[in-house]
Amino acid sequence: MSHIPSNLKYTTTHEWVRQESDGTVTVGITDHAQAQLGDMVFVELPEVGRKLKAGEECAVVESVKAASDIYCPLDGTVAEANATLVDTPETINQDPYGEGWLFRLTPSDNLDQLMDAVAYAELEAAVE
Amino acid sequence: MAKRTPLFDLHISGEAKMLDFCGWEMPLHYGSQLHEHAQVRQGAGVFDVSHMTLLEVKGLEARAFLRYVLANDVARLQPGQSLYSCILSKTGGILDGVVVYDRGEAGYIVVANAGTHDKTIAWLNQQIRGFEADLRERLDVAILAVQGPQAVALLGEALGSDTGQQVQALRPFQFLDEQDRIISRTGYTGEDGIEIILPATAVTASWERLLNAGIQPCGLGARDSLRLEAGLNLYGNEMDESTSPLVCGLGWSVAWEPTDRKFIGRSALEKQRQDKVKTVQIGLVLEERGMLRARQRVVAPSGATGIVTSGTFSPTLGRAIGLARVPADIGAYCQVDVRSRYCPALVVKPPFVRHGHCLIGLPSAPPV
Repeated sequence: MSHIPSNLKYTTTHEWVRQESDGTVTVGITDHAQAQLGDMVFVELPEVGRKLKAGEECAVVESVKAASDIYCPLDGTVAEANATLVDTPETINQDPYGEGWLFRLTPSDNLDQLMDAVAYAELEAAVE
Repeated sequence: MAKRTPLFDLHISGEAKMLDFCGWEMPLHYGSQLHEHAQVRQGAGVFDVSHMTLLEVKGLEARAFLRYVLANDVARLQPGQSLYSCILSKTGGILDGVVVYDRGEAGYIVVANAGTHDKTIAWLNQQIRGFEADLRERLDVAILAVQGPQAVALLGEALGSDTGQQVQALRPFQFLDEQDRIISRTGYTGEDGIEIILPATAVTASWERLLNAGIQPCGLGARDSLRLEAGLNLYGNEMDESTSPLVCGLGWSVAWEPTDRKFIGRSALEKQRQDKVKTVQIGLVLEERGMLRARQRVVAPSGATGIVTSGTFSPTLGRAIGLARVPADIGAYCQVDVRSRYCPALVVKPPFVRHGHCLIGLPSAPPV
């Protein structure tokens, strides 16, 4: 069983979103997603300052198995990208909800439209 | 319903992530493909390859039949030796790539691919007519590949000292023939190692003994990245019915001598050889971060194009590598269409890695 923290929000495309105290949100991929993809070998991140729409392709994570597009969960502007992943993409496998975060966004949307952990767990169960 | 090897339950209890491979439910990895890859380069790993097709050829004309149906020549074998060969169509395309074991009085064993199972058996059954020889598939056996610099030593421990010493003494492509078990110094990883053909009823105990000896279970994911680093072809990627051995780096496996041996595909290959082959198989190393994958387009400086036949991330090189079929005059560099972006790649001669060492001189900076 994959790990689904209850304090996060989720998308149908297996990104997680965490509200930070400074108003930004942090985005990563779920434990389920990293397990499905396998060992990560390459990450392409969005540039800081880039304006994104919800659902827009904004990053790529590539594993030994396949390349996978990351979709922006909310409208917003990229505040920071996790540059350490470029040299150590395996961090996504090791710590998907922590050091393996992908980017931070200053959102112009609120998080209510996203799934909570219970809804995401149901989605995962349906996919399995 | 997917086919399963006798080790299926042990793969599941070993928490393997399974995938469908040519109709077989096989382990992709047991947690991390990269870890398994590293274990085979530095220590030892064991692969369940029981999905492969195992055929027995026996009878007075078994040898004559194999000399007719294979591009390599089994007359070069002594009992206890094996060789690699293509099975060719009449037009010189590759129907399968096989390893043939010469068991002397007991006949021959042919190990073929899983993906070509039906086609190869049908073809061989068709060609065997007129020969005093029998072809029989063995469904009661399993095959393990134990690979890595520590493989032979650890296997020796697991097998007991007598057999261990005999295995140690085997040269590449030699095998120990033990009635119901064949232990062969062959592999598909670019490392030293052993492949074992054994009764299906004995394989679970052997698997557990190998794991207890400290050998890492490995899935098909690591098998693919290891064989690609070793520059070895995969049927369906580098080779298929429309590919001649002369364009996919397998010319060495065609036995032209003796010239009076008639084998299927010979006249087609001889014509190709006279016409000079215009495409070649080469290795690629991507200079930037990114991935090489099968079917990506390769563009030579001249504008001529080729295609990536296999690509992966090479854990040993820390870069994406691939095999590609390209125009023979491609030169030292090319561009590859990686997700609609043209990335520079170095053209190299495979293998990329053998016996744990990188064989490719990597430039420190990409050319301008």
